Formats: sequence, C-alpha cells, structure tokens
Amino acid sequence: MLRLVARRLLQLIPTLLGLSVLLFLWLNRLPGGPASAILGERATDAEVARINRALGLDEPVWVQYWRFIKRIFELDLGTSTQTGQPVWEEFTLRFPATVELSVAAILIAVVIGVPVGYFAARRRGSWLDVTAVSGSLLGICIPVFFLALLLKGLFAVNLGLFPSYGRLSTGIDATKITGFAVLDGVLTGEFDASWDAITHLVLPAVALASIPLAVIVRMTRASVLEVLGEDYVRTAESKGLDKRVVRGRHVLRNALLPVITAIGLLTGSLLSGAVLTESVFTFGGIGSFIRTSIDARDYPVLVGFILFIALVYVLINLLVDVAYSLIDPRVRVH
Amino acid sequence: MRIIKSRAAGAIVTALAVTLIATGCSSERDGEGDSGGAKDTFVFGGPGDPGSLDPALASDGETFRVTRQAFEALLEHESGGSELAPGLAEKWSSDPAGKVWTFNLRKDVTFHDGEKFNAAAVCANYDYWFNWTGTYQSSAVSYYWQTVMGGFAKNEDPETPKANYKSCTAKDENTAVIEVNEPSANLPGGFSLQALAIHSPKALKEYAKQEATAKGDAITYPKYSQVAGTVAGTGPYKISEWNKGNKEVSLERFDDYWGTKAKIKNLVFRTIDTEDGRRQALQAGDIDGYDLVAPADVKTLENGKFQVPTRDVFNIFYVGMSQGKNAALKKPEVRQAIAHAIDRENLVKTQLPEGGVAATQFMPDTVAGYSDAVKTYPFDTAKAKSLLKDAGESALKVDFCYPTEVTRPYMPAPQDMFELMKADLEKAGITVTPKPMKWAPDYLDATEAGGCALHMLGWTGDFNDGYNFIGTWFAEFDKQWGFKDKAVFDALKTASAETDPAKRTDLYKKANETIMAYLPGVPISSSPPAIAFAADVNPPKVSPLTQENFAEVSFK
Repeated sequence: MLRLVARRLLQLIPTLLGLSVLLFLWLNRLPGGPASAILGERATDAEVARINRALGLDEPVWVQYWRFIKRIFELDLGTSTQTGQPVWEEFTLRFPATVELSVAAILIAVVIGVPVGYFAARRRGSWLDVTAVSGSLLGICIPVFFLALLLKGLFAVNLGLFPSYGRLSTGIDATKITGFAVLDGVLTGEFDASWDAITHLVLPAVALASIPLAVIVRMTRASVLEVLGEDYVRTAESKGLDKRVVRGRHVLRNALLPVITAIGLLTGSLLSGAVLTESVFTFGGIGSFIRTSIDARDYPVLVGFILFIALVYVLINLLVDVAYSLIDPRVRVH
Repeated sequence: MRIIKSRAAGAIVTALAVTLIATGCSSERDGEGDSGGAKDTFVFGGPGDPGSLDPALASDGETFRVTRQAFEALLEHESGGSELAPGLAEKWSSDPAGKVWTFNLRKDVTFHDGEKFNAAAVCANYDYWFNWTGTYQSSAVSYYWQTVMGGFAKNEDPETPKANYKSCTAKDENTAVIEVNEPSANLPGGFSLQALAIHSPKALKEYAKQEATAKGDAITYPKYSQVAGTVAGTGPYKISEWNKGNKEVSLERFDDYWGTKAKIKNLVFRTIDTEDGRRQALQAGDIDGYDLVAPADVKTLENGKFQVPTRDVFNIFYVGMSQGKNAALKKPEVRQAIAHAIDRENLVKTQLPEGGVAATQFMPDTVAGYSDAVKTYPFDTAKAKSLLKDAGESALKVDFCYPTEVTRPYMPAPQDMFELMKADLEKAGITVTPKPMKWAPDYLDATEAGGCALHMLGWTGDFNDGYNFIGTWFAEFDKQWGFKDKAVFDALKTASAETDPAKRTDLYKKANETIMAYLPGVPISSSPPAIAFAADVNPPKVSPLTQENFAEVSFK
C-alpha cells in the first residue's frame, strides 16, 4: 500500500512539470502580456516597458521559466492583477468555501444516489426504477446554472425559504479557525453561525449535486444490474445463503467499485464546476473568483487554479486507488 | 446488521429532507436578521468589489462608493447635485492667476483614529502624494493624482506628466494654501475628488512604510489598503471590516463626526456581481438597496413597491470613429453621413430608462459649457446616402466593435444598441462588420489603441467642469480618435488656461461648437442611471455623480 502511495506521489512531479511548461508557453503566447493586463487601458508604451523590466519579462524565456517554476515550489503563485494581492492568499481565503460547497454537493449525490441506484436495479421496471432513470436523465440534461437560477428564483426569491446569495448572513463571521464556516461554527461553539452557513449552502449544493447525483444513480444501477447477473451471485443464492448477505457482501461491494472511481472524478470536476453555481449565488468561493478572473484575464490566478485543480485530480485518483485496494483485495495483489 | 444498513440509507434520505425543510424555515426567520434585526444595519448591493480601502490608490466607482462614507475631501458636491460645496474646507478661493488656492478649514474635526484635523494634516496628505516613488508613480496606481496634479517631485519615467503641484503651506491652524505651477481646468473640481480625500497624518506615517510593489506578475497593493484598521478619515462612518471571502465591507457609525451623524449604526456594502442577482437579493429581502438597475427591471421593481429613484443625467454615450483605422472616416462627409444615419431618438426611446435624452454634443446639458448653438445631425437616411455619394463612398464598409457581457450606466444593453445602430447604418447603404469583444481588457484596449473603425463608449463625469468631458478626449492627439485638428485642440487649450469660471464656460461652449462642426464621433445619448431601495428605506438624495451619502439613509 505504501509503495502504491509513494509511486503515485512521484508520478505527480512529471505531470505537474508538463502542465507547468504548457501553461508557461500559453502565458507567453498571449497578446499584450502581463504588463498590459496590469496597467490596463491607460498604459503608455514606456510604462509597459518599465513594468516588463520590473517583472523581468525582458529576460530570455528559459530564465523566466526557471523563475516561474522556482516560485511555484516556493508556493508563490504571483499576484492577482484584479486584487493586487498574492494569488496564494486569495486562494486560501476562498478555497474553504468551494471545498465546503463541493463536499456538501458530493454528500447529497452519494447519500441519495447510491441507495436510489441500488434499489432501482433491485426493483427493475418498478415505479422507483422508472422515476430514477428518467430523473437522472433530467439531471444530466438540465444545465447546472439553469437549475441554480430556477432553485434561487423559487426557493429564495419567491418563497423566501433560503438566502438568495452569499456564504453567510451579514454580520456573521464563522470562518475563524479552519475557514470552513460550518465546521468553525461548531468548533467555536457558535452553532447559529454553522446553521446560517448551512442555510446558505443548501441551494447551491443541491444545484451543484444535480449532475453527480444523476451519474451516480445511473452508474450504481447499471453496476448492480451487472453484478446481479454474475454467476457467483447465482451460486451464492442457490447455495441458500441469506439474501441480505448476498446483496451486501457480494452485490453491493462489487458493484460499488466503478461507482467509487466515478465519485472521485466527480469530486474533482465539482471544484471546477462550481464556477457557474457560485456565480449565480455570489457564493464567495474560488468559483466566482475564477469567473471574474477570466473576465479580467487575471492570468496568475488562472494558472494557479489550473495547477491546483491538476493537483487535486492526481490526489483524488490516488485516494480512489487506495479505496479500490481496500474494497477489492485483488488490486493489492497486482 | 444488514437490515440496519438499508434502513440507514432510507433514514439518511429522510433526515436530509427534514434538514432541508428545517433549514428553510429557519432561514425564513433569520431573513429578518439579515437586514439587521432591529434595523440598525443597512445592506447595499454593488456590482463589484472595491479594490482598496485607500481611495488615493483607486480610480473606480466601487472603491469610491465605500471610501466616500469614511473619507472626506477639501471640497464636496452639494447633496443630490453637481455644484461644488464646502467639504473639509468651509470656504475656498484662488488668486486671479488660478495658481494659489486658499482653503479655510473646518474646526473641531477629528479623524477616526483620534488625530486632529488641521492645515498641517492637509499638507501632510498632498506632500505625501507628491513624493510618491516607484510603483506608486504608475498611472495604474495614482491615476487621479496624475490627472489633477500631473507628476511627482521626482518623475521616474519620462512619460509621466510634468508635476503641476508646487507646494502646500499651513498658513495657520485652519488655513491651508496649495500652490500649483499652472492654472488648470481640473481645479477646483479636482479638490473634490475622493482620490484626494484627507487621511489622518498618523495613518499616513503607517502607509508610508508600506510600498506598493511590482513583483510576480502584477502590482501588489500595500497591506494597509486591504485590511480595515489602519485607514482613517473624517467621514460619518469608519471602515470596520473587509471580509473578502464573504465579499462584504462593513462600516460603523463614527460618533465623533463633526457634522450630522449617520442615522443608521451599521452600513454594509456587499458585492453581487450580476444585475439579476442584485434584483433578486432585493426582492428576497436580503439587501436594502442596490445600484446599476437594468432599465428592463425598473417597472418590475416599481410594481413590486420598491423605490427606484433615477439620478440626474450626468453622462454621455457616443459612437467613436477612429480615423486611423479606416481612411474613409477622414472625410467629413462620411462622418456626417454616419451621424445622420443613426436614429438616436429611437435608441433613447427603446433602450434607455425614462429620462434619457438624445445628445447633440459630447457633454450632457447639466454641465457648464453646454451649447445650444452646436451643429446638429438629425436622423435622415436619404441625406446620409447622398453625403456618402458625394464623398465617393457609396459602398462604404466599416468594422463596428461593441462590448459583450457588460453594462455601463450610460450603456445598459450594448448588444441591443449595437444591433439598432447597425440596422440604421445598413439602411444608409453602409456595410457593417460586427466585432464583438470582451469588455476588459480586449474591448478597452482595442478602442484605446484606435483599433476599431466604429466603437461605442461613454463617460460619467467626475465633477461639473466641461473639461472633465471634452478635455478627456479632444485636448490632444488620441489614438482612439486618430485625428489632429488644430482648431479643436486649440479651443480646448484656451478653455483650460482660462481662470475666470464664467469666461471658461463660454470657451467650452465655443469648443463644443468647434468639435461638433468637425464631428470626430457621434454623441448618442445621456441617460439617468437608476438605483433601487426597499420600500421601508428613506433613501439618500441620489447624486448625478453617483456620489450618494449613505449617512442620510434611515428606515421608515
């Protein structure tokens, strides 16, 4: 197991290095360059030249790349051209909100998706199955931002059941220890703040959960159906084993393997998928920051975000592999 | 055990559903608290985050909206109007040459950090800005200082304008004298700019320790400008917190304020970056007011019993013509044909909020210097066609750039406005190639560099002086327009050097006539931007300069 983890961590290095080369070349090919992004519409040619000198952009490309890499290793991702503050600080300020939102969404998706998919397969053709299949199709078809707008219009604006925007109500600051509002409220004993954070999480998390939920329902259903038809299940049942043992130990356990892979990948995609949902709810996480960064061509932020997402994907893949080997001993043998 | 498992799944689903309903109910109760519970908190939604808590480093309206409540300048504008009014200076005057400005300051004014306001504090501020070095000298950081006062004690870049600021003297405790090298049309209006608002000298000493740096890929703003605590002005509110993660700046009433105290204890500015989002937040009762109301939403809000006051017109929307980009535009007949081809009245009627007017020149009629005698170019497709024929340009083709995903106070729906103008131009036989672009930086860069034959832009005035409008564009060669016309440049130079306000107004009138005879572009419209408030709010007087004073706000 340790060897597996070590090997995967080592694989991280060439992946991120490759990505950094691509990103750096992309940055260098952009029109205008950082100087015009910083100075904007009022820049004079002399000022652009001065900024280029100050930032070392007049040096050879390989020198710039080396500096770029060195900075990344020092966790210095540069400065956001929008806010004039270090990208790393901007990220640490906003990531907890996005992580919280993504975790809430994936929890909703797993907690509802796995049982619904399982029972839909078990009762194939029943009303539950038909509802699950058509509901999941709908979930995949409806664009997340549209669902977010719909939920917001109905539950926040018309019914007034939930807040229409933001992460916390005005005057409440629950993010004091870890930055995770729900958790910090619990840790500091300010349960009102936790509750307030949860009310703000519900609508965006439900919107964000729609696609993963649909995917998990369909994958669980298909996987369970496949396993139900396997010989070893029939054998187990014909041996007269307790049906519940068969379903739990043989069917569900084996059927969950592909679902876990999907959950891993879905979690990664949620972090980048939060961009639209957060924008609709002005959630104050990394998603809405990325959207404004795209508008403002805030390249240091975008580069940092892409590198971070790559890191998250690699780490999630690692976790999925570990989970796999825990569930399926054959993986460990190989 | 296994039974429990499947039951557990069901239980979790049920628990989740119950939680959803429960949180919903609770949220409804908390909704009251959102707006302050006992109504001691006023929450206002703005379209963007402020960039800095130090207005001297900013040039954007969202920063000034926040800092204006905490910082005061020597001069202000009358509440709800555009005329200059006493600020921290009760009275002001200049010598006949317009080079020596004397300010009689208010007594018994205290800064938020307990420091005393006096003439020495005024001079400490002006001298501090004048002695900026390094990155502070970039126009990205010190735009307004450079606009009003030119450069610095020691310019580090030959492109930086020559310093016009000469000195500031504390003649006595309550008299400050500011001297400039040359008279300027930007004075005294410039003394009212939020970017030149007065800071506590003690805080200034702290600021001076922190350098704005050009490191990594951008300018890093000094820490003090990003965290509440250091900055200190004299305004009715003091900035108490900037919660960037929650996109909100909180201000607290300053109880030692020299003037009328703020009616509401806490003021909060929250960023909601979409028009729909702001409207929905107001409708949901999550905020008490917001700015940049879409014209299409005005009726809906009014029908919903919200208050939607409109500001007086103080902006101009125009179609720019870049002569450097399309040689045909150098011909006066072609420019006139384009002006005649556009149906401005229809644009105003269909695209702008009530109160919008078609423009005849590059400033609204509320600005001193507006002329009733400018040459006009009424909508006349036949005349446009004949002018094009005379110029030998019957088959004229032009690129027309317009911005996407943006609305400005003077331009609420750029794409729709573009489509209407395109149809008008095509009726006159002009082939239009649409060039949609992202607002920043693509569109702004392209228009600034003169990269678009036709483009649409606008401006909201900083203060009531003609130069702030026409001087911005036509005082010297500008790539955006790409023309060199001595008559136009000279008209503005003469007006700028005139120190007698009445004579200067006359010169602006003449300059407007010269500009409209030359016709560098087509002024289209001026429109009143709307601002919205909940029914239970007594709103502040709305300002044509978008300089609302939130200390005037109270709940009914």
